[in-house]
Amino acid sequence: MPSLAEPVKQTVQLTVNGVARSVLVHPMDRLLDVLRHELHLTGAKEGCGEGECGSCSVLLDGQIVNSCLVPVGQAEGASLTTIEGLAADARLHPVQQAFLSCNGAQCGICTPGMILAAVHLLNSHPQPTLDQIREGLSGNLCRCTGYSQIFEAVNQAVRTSEAK
Amino acid sequence: MVLAQLQCFVPERNDLNQHRVIGSAVPRKEGFDKVTGRARYADDITLPGMLYGATVRSKIPRGKIRQINFGPGVDWNDYVVVTAKDIPGRNCIALISDDQPCLADGFTNHPEEPILLVAHPDRRQLSKAVEAVEVICDPLQAVFSMEESERQTEVIWGTDNLLKTFLIEKGSLEGIWEKAAHIVEGEYFTGAQEQLYIENNGMIATYDVAAGVTVWGSLQCPYYVHKALMALFALPEDKVRVVQMETGGAFGGKEEYPSMIAGHAALLAMKAKRPVKVVYDRMEDMAATTKRHPSRTRHRTAVDASGKILGGEIEITMDGGAYATLSSVVLSRGTIHAGGPYCWPNVTIRSKAVATNSPPHGAFRGFGAPQTLFAMERHMDRIAEAVGISPVEVRKRNFLKPGMTTTTEQVIREDIDLERLLDHALELAQYQEKKRHFPAQCRSGKMKKGMGIAAFLHGAGFTGSGERYLSSVVGIEALPDGLIRVLVSSAEFGQGTNTVLCQIAAETLNLPYEWVTIAQPDTSIVPNSGPTVASRTAMIVGKLVHSAALGFKQTLLASGKLVENYKPEAFRQACSDHIKKHGELRSFSQYEAPSGIFWDDQKYRGEAYAAFAWAVYVAEVSVDLTTYSVTVDDFVALQEIGKVLHPRLAEGQIAGGVAQAIGFALYEKVVWQNGRMLNNQMTNYIMPTSADVPPIRVFFEELGNVHGAYGAKGIGELPMDGPAPAIINAITDALGVPFHFIPLLPEDIYAGLAAHSLAPVK
Repeated sequence: MPSLAEPVKQTVQLTVNGVARSVLVHPMDRLLDVLRHELHLTGAKEGCGEGECGSCSVLLDGQIVNSCLVPVGQAEGASLTTIEGLAADARLHPVQQAFLSCNGAQCGICTPGMILAAVHLLNSHPQPTLDQIREGLSGNLCRCTGYSQIFEAVNQAVRTSEAK
Repeated sequence: MVLAQLQCFVPERNDLNQHRVIGSAVPRKEGFDKVTGRARYADDITLPGMLYGATVRSKIPRGKIRQINFGPGVDWNDYVVVTAKDIPGRNCIALISDDQPCLADGFTNHPEEPILLVAHPDRRQLSKAVEAVEVICDPLQAVFSMEESERQTEVIWGTDNLLKTFLIEKGSLEGIWEKAAHIVEGEYFTGAQEQLYIENNGMIATYDVAAGVTVWGSLQCPYYVHKALMALFALPEDKVRVVQMETGGAFGGKEEYPSMIAGHAALLAMKAKRPVKVVYDRMEDMAATTKRHPSRTRHRTAVDASGKILGGEIEITMDGGAYATLSSVVLSRGTIHAGGPYCWPNVTIRSKAVATNSPPHGAFRGFGAPQTLFAMERHMDRIAEAVGISPVEVRKRNFLKPGMTTTTEQVIREDIDLERLLDHALELAQYQEKKRHFPAQCRSGKMKKGMGIAAFLHGAGFTGSGERYLSSVVGIEALPDGLIRVLVSSAEFGQGTNTVLCQIAAETLNLPYEWVTIAQPDTSIVPNSGPTVASRTAMIVGKLVHSAALGFKQTLLASGKLVENYKPEAFRQACSDHIKKHGELRSFSQYEAPSGIFWDDQKYRGEAYAAFAWAVYVAEVSVDLTTYSVTVDDFVALQEIGKVLHPRLAEGQIAGGVAQAIGFALYEKVVWQNGRMLNNQMTNYIMPTSADVPPIRVFFEELGNVHGAYGAKGIGELPMDGPAPAIINAITDALGVPFHFIPLLPEDIYAGLAAHSLAPVK
């Protein structure tokens, strides 16, 4: 019988950025580690390891989650979107484009998670008020921007989407 | 290779807006990689055969290390272990006084001090090994507060616990106390603050007998790490290579400590004969690395009946922690900024950094100035109250004006009009109108509103003779396809180094911005353009890029391959042709101190900085008398920073600094116990979220600056200085009760009100 210290690896099926992936991992491994170490998707970052900073945010079946708090076994069968999967055919997503032009990314470490949180916000609130933006991004910490230009970027993405 | 002559470019004031690339909001050079997740930070890199390293740290604040035991339950044959005995060179982090060991040897002087290193191929096997190492110590009496250190209850550093002292004397205090209509005294405290870059520290190292040491990491100052590794490994400069990876925030927090981590990773790599990665998790990063120096500043000021300062004494103490590291320079900047933007006809400033048994405090945006400017700007409000004039009036009566001198007797040569700057800020904040309406609004409610102001300055570049000692060098080179690359060791960590330095080169060479790139900071490729600190990059390094670009252009023009008023295509062709013929085309430029600059290191007198940025910030706050929490409702940040090279980046720098300073003022409290940080998690050390920040309204005035590229001044640290005093002044205005320390938490406000019988006693 395997001891607790040596858990058995299992195969976990995931759809990552539209591609079916199968990984042999410990089911209690953090989704963040599986993304970074097994799938080599290093866009999700570890800032705190306890769900405070949001820099490991990914979309799991459309919901924004801190991947450092999700045991990979819990994501079995789920569809994941990471920052690497956001730009379609080398064209930036409107939110990415807006972060670029509004200086919403400074050091860039919170950016992948912040952009995914903004995408999630706009999916549920296509025309968010400033308070909804502030609330919607409050799980993602940024130490560089003071958030002003991130709010501007979200507003610009709304305008771009409306224009389409 | 061409060494460019330094040419003096003096922008006329009306020239400031006549540029093509400068002043425009071009895209951030590395922006695409950042928004797509392609940017590579240290922890994103894995080398073949790489091990993971971890650090065994002191659990006690001070003691003699008697024995180290490797406990049971761990197969130590699987681990690489490094102790101080494995260090081939000097066991120190070479910086200024070289007093900090890389690994504690025989003694430990603070909690979390590195003692021993372990490495293993599986990072999950590290924590059990770290826990299994037993360090047996004979504890020694330790010192935990500035007061204990000053009283020398125990001497823990040198002969007197004094890491550094400064004395500035201007005029004479004789007779001023007798002449004074008011003598105003005050004592002000600021707490430690964690930089809290979202990317934790990380470093990867390789070692090879022939090639020496190479490290790739998260860092601000490639040549600081280079210097430290040369000393640690006793290697010549060509056997040490330092490469800066994308760096996820720094704020000063990656100025000196990365040298420590680089040393650790490299020592493990040398012993393991394999690459080693050392990446801290958040708890280790917060507990072990540097923070802003806690401070105490005392003012005693003689003021005449109109509120004009006759003179005064300022006494500053900063807690440096267990080793000297950067305390001397942090204290220096704090001391020079202590008088604020005011005219002191007579002043004596005494300052000291004292040792305590906590991890060394270090560089953090503002570098000593936020501490002493907090005191100065709170004290100005106190002077106003004592004299019976408004906070606005007391500042106007004491502002420095062109021709006057600072506390170090530096003559203000800039055409700065602080009264006008203040009036403009008040207007933008609707200060007078709001002040009139607040008392009526607050009369019956549970919400009190107030307005506070702070006027301040921040010197750009290294202090005094510092830039002369640095003697920075930058290069411009042509690539084989005729495009241009900037060569500097100045690092990008969000502020916009890559972008503004490329803008300067593109503007000077009359090229499209897109044709200019910047080399990754790698000491085997780039010259030493100095550390990325002290608000010096845009101004000092930018000016050198400008000079190097002029030299580059001159070389092409002199060679006859290019004629004046060229088109970019002709330039590109000329570069390409030159490279085909000569192999390379490069131009370097080295810093030379401007003439007529005088600084006396002994007396601390003279031109402390080539230029100051000037600012007036206005905060509007609400204090909830049910929860005692403070909301910043509006924030106006108006500054004169010379030419704004890139309006979006500049605005982003200011807004980010203001938010960080709101944390400094209202949220970010480091809880200490016996020299150790207790709340070393993001769960219990609270920084502002998107829901906490006010509208931060950023405004610029542009006077220009003869010492900076295209008239630029430093900007990075400035916004850290003003928000805390502006906010605490506003809280004091709202409640009518003075507060003299930060961070000011709701419980502190409650206690302050209770002490004045203005809150229910529970």
